[in-house]
Amino acid sequence: MLQLSRDDLVQAYIRMRTIREFEERVHTEFAGGAIPGFVHLYAGEEASAVGVCMNLEDKDYIASTHRGHGHCIAKGCDVEAMMKEIYGRRDGSCGGKGGSMHIADLSKGMMGANGIVGGGPPLVCGAALSAKTLKTGGVAVAFVGDGGSNQGTTLESYNLANVWNLPVVFVVEDNGYAESTASAWSVGGSQLKRAEAFGMPGREVDGHDFFAVYEAAKEAIDRARAGDGPSLLHVKLNRYYGHFEGDAMTYRADGEVEALRETVDSLAAFRTRVTETGLLEGRQLDDIDREVAASIGQAVTAAMSAKAPSEEDLLTDVYVSY
Amino acid sequence: MAKKSYRQAINEALAQEMRRDPTVIVMGEDNAGGLGAPGEDDAWGGVLGVTKGLMPEFGRERVLDTPISESAFIGAAAGAAATGLRPVAELMFVDFMGVCFDQIFNQAGKFRYMFGGKAVTPLVVRTMYGAGFRAASQHSQCLYPIFTHVPGLKVVLPSSPYEAKGLLIQAIRDDDPVIFLEHKVLYDDEEEVPDEPYTIPFGEANLTREGEDVTIVAMGRMVKFANQVADGLETDGISCTVLDPRTTSPLDTDSILESVEETGRLVVVDEASPRCNMATDISALVAERAFGALKAPIRMVTPPHTPVPFAPELEDLYIPSPEKIGAAVREVMEHGA
Amino acid sequence: MSDAIQAVTMPKWGLAMDEGMVTVWLVEEGAPVAAGDELLEIETTKITNVFESPAAGTLSRRLVGEGETVPVGALLAVVAEDGAAEAEIDAFVESFRAEFAVAAEAAAESVAAEPESVEAGGLAINYLRAGTGEGVPIVLVHGFGGDLDNWLFNQPALAEHHDVVALDLPGHGRSAKDVGAGDLAFLSETLAEFLDALGIDRAHLVGHSLGGAAVLGLALDHPKRAASLTLISPAGLGPEINRSYISGFVGAARRKEMKGVLQMLFADPGLVSRDLVEDVLKYKRLDGVAGALETIARAVFPDGRQAVVLAERVGDLAVPVQVIWGRRDEIVPPAHAEALPPGVPVHMIETAGHMAHMEAAGEVNRLIAAMTG
Repeated sequence: MLQLSRDDLVQAYIRMRTIREFEERVHTEFAGGAIPGFVHLYAGEEASAVGVCMNLEDKDYIASTHRGHGHCIAKGCDVEAMMKEIYGRRDGSCGGKGGSMHIADLSKGMMGANGIVGGGPPLVCGAALSAKTLKTGGVAVAFVGDGGSNQGTTLESYNLANVWNLPVVFVVEDNGYAESTASAWSVGGSQLKRAEAFGMPGREVDGHDFFAVYEAAKEAIDRARAGDGPSLLHVKLNRYYGHFEGDAMTYRADGEVEALRETVDSLAAFRTRVTETGLLEGRQLDDIDREVAASIGQAVTAAMSAKAPSEEDLLTDVYVSY
Repeated sequence: MAKKSYRQAINEALAQEMRRDPTVIVMGEDNAGGLGAPGEDDAWGGVLGVTKGLMPEFGRERVLDTPISESAFIGAAAGAAATGLRPVAELMFVDFMGVCFDQIFNQAGKFRYMFGGKAVTPLVVRTMYGAGFRAASQHSQCLYPIFTHVPGLKVVLPSSPYEAKGLLIQAIRDDDPVIFLEHKVLYDDEEEVPDEPYTIPFGEANLTREGEDVTIVAMGRMVKFANQVADGLETDGISCTVLDPRTTSPLDTDSILESVEETGRLVVVDEASPRCNMATDISALVAERAFGALKAPIRMVTPPHTPVPFAPELEDLYIPSPEKIGAAVREVMEHGA
Repeated sequence: MSDAIQAVTMPKWGLAMDEGMVTVWLVEEGAPVAAGDELLEIETTKITNVFESPAAGTLSRRLVGEGETVPVGALLAVVAEDGAAEAEIDAFVESFRAEFAVAAEAAAESVAAEPESVEAGGLAINYLRAGTGEGVPIVLVHGFGGDLDNWLFNQPALAEHHDVVALDLPGHGRSAKDVGAGDLAFLSETLAEFLDALGIDRAHLVGHSLGGAAVLGLALDHPKRAASLTLISPAGLGPEINRSYISGFVGAARRKEMKGVLQMLFADPGLVSRDLVEDVLKYKRLDGVAGALETIARAVFPDGRQAVVLAERVGDLAVPVQVIWGRRDEIVPPAHAEALPPGVPVHMIETAGHMAHMEAAGEVNRLIAAMTG
């Protein structure tokens, strides 16, 4: 099956399960009032982040969206540090200064979740320019939502990536809603025709199918790595939660989410595929589920008891030197 | 040491840093010019010729022309800065910040803080500002107070060729995002500029005149006017200190306060629109921390709160002139006399 | 022009000076003066200094008022021998002014002596050569952190009768910033190679502070190159050195800090003007300077002490040696002069600090001239 080894498959499953478990726990904890601010959950979209990032190395960069937890985990960020960050703790990924919407780890090639819709694509063009200029062989991937796909920054980045021939992949994660507004209404034309208009290959992918995403992303990333320029993936998927936690989702149909959980679950689909083909055993996956649940539980416990930043932290990290 | 123009000084700073450090790149609209067109290569070297000659020396890989697409390329410069390059991106006119400001203040300016100190963003945005070019409302603004307002950005206003070279090299070597504002009316000004690379540290005001009676704080092109005024008033027995902050962020508050403690009088000259500009900021600083030293009310010399007009007669009225600065100095001198 | 009537003109102190302001007259009109008497104080953008009478006689005319600024070369005053007729003096003033107007126009078009660069020991050395171009040249060597402009009150005066070369040591001024090991041997050897590069076999060597130690080292290593030695507040005669000056000079990056450090050099700290501080800062901002100064300081003044003491070896020299010291020198102790072999003349200038050649330029110039013939 593709070029994925058994170890790769285990790794992919661990990451997807980690994302799911992480988001479910954040959902619960947020509802309990333990987490400040607001969070945007990625549950339901796991196969997209993991399918893309299984093709990437640390030297490759990604930029994410409001809904960034899944991308962070898929790119290898430290999960406990992430949880602490979401709790606003001093030893969180960003020292408690970024929070859910700004988790980043440049050493892992993660350029940050982003509080600005469409904020990431220009940055990714820059990371790709660095890779090209410094000849690292790296590529850069911009995740945007269907909402972000309508921002000028995204469309300008399509153009710039083309004229500079940058090693970029644009991944439009279309979960059907930009906040509460349907992408069926807000997106003019089509994502693929936009790609075509900017001179890029584009593919539509089932975002619940890890293997489909992995294979399409591999094609685009290999192309970028070979110096053949940018591509676009239109990944169609669904989110299990609202735009943010606390969103009553009155814009969704009655029973929509429940039905999605029944019918389009990327983790269940992955399990079926690998067990039916005999690549992995169900018991193995069950073990992973238990281990991941334990580790997320541990992360939550650690986050709850971790220290908040103190007054002196308010003034640091604004500049390298000032 | 030879006389060099402001334009040459900037060009030399870019070339020397590009020679010294292969991670330094420049990008912007028409920075070389003529790309894909049938005529000359390096056709423009920037719209006012500031980057001329860089592309022939360093090649297209390090001197990148861009589409007219500021959001994308300023953002790309920010992303490149966070991932190993030292980009110098040219935002042709500062007035165009409106179409790319998010990439400057929400992205580049906040990476370090949002990411808990784990990012460095050695980005320089070079941009042209200021009135006096008959360029009307969308090509003549100052806008540096807006950048100064944003924590995470450093803001540099070179007032002469010597200052421009040293401050630009400092900006390129600095690990934080720097907005480097070049006054378009100064490009042909000349003075002695060392051939060697040198750096002028940020956050130390330049004392361009030393006097006893009045402190004039001025920045950018206004430093030149303030110096003229100080020299002219000297013969009338009014002795002025002129302080050029060089950088509005970081701002050398100590030098300003110390000088006002000595002179007891302050005139702030600011070419930016009068509400929430550097003049109001510096006046507030002095009112708060050196009130007891003041012998006269602080005077601010600024343009009126209007867009920059086109007609030469109107634009000349708009810009703070040496006459207006001189009148303000005389006014604070006469207070209570 | 009769020698009976002498013009006192605005001097040119340094390349950047094109005008100066008379701040105060120290002699009344009509009063008698001797050559070398302090006539007036002149302020430039860089520095304020006294100006001495070039001749003896009566200060018969003061032609520029206090607070007035005039160009270099303009007539400031007239010193006339006793008995010179008033009409003759008036005619002198009128003709001088007429000629000056013409000369000023010509000067504006001509090019003044500019520093040049020569390669010595693989390094680009910046120097300024002025004067007659004849005889054994005088070579002026500045101290730690200085440059050829330190001789602004000396080179023009000495150049009236001599060929005078002032240079920037490696790591200083506009010379190359590579200083090798940065020790005294390196500096002396570079000086020898500099003399080779200029085709100078023998020179009257004048060195200030670290430059004093460097010329002393040169004369000891290459005895034939020195015609005479004038050492002003020299290093190299004793172990002490003001370590807070050295570390302060190396470390200071800001105006205020730098000003405080530079004030240690002068008996009168008021001499340290805004422009003087700015010039030093401009030098210190150049790439390579910080490293050069650190290297030299480490090699020559390790742990705040002088690494090489040559006082006893001065007696080995076959050429005339004189030492000039400002009594109020706070950088190198004047007491070091006591370590010199007997017979070496030591001129102690009571009113000067470490920079006697600036603070008492007239006297230092006379002493150098007396030594060099």
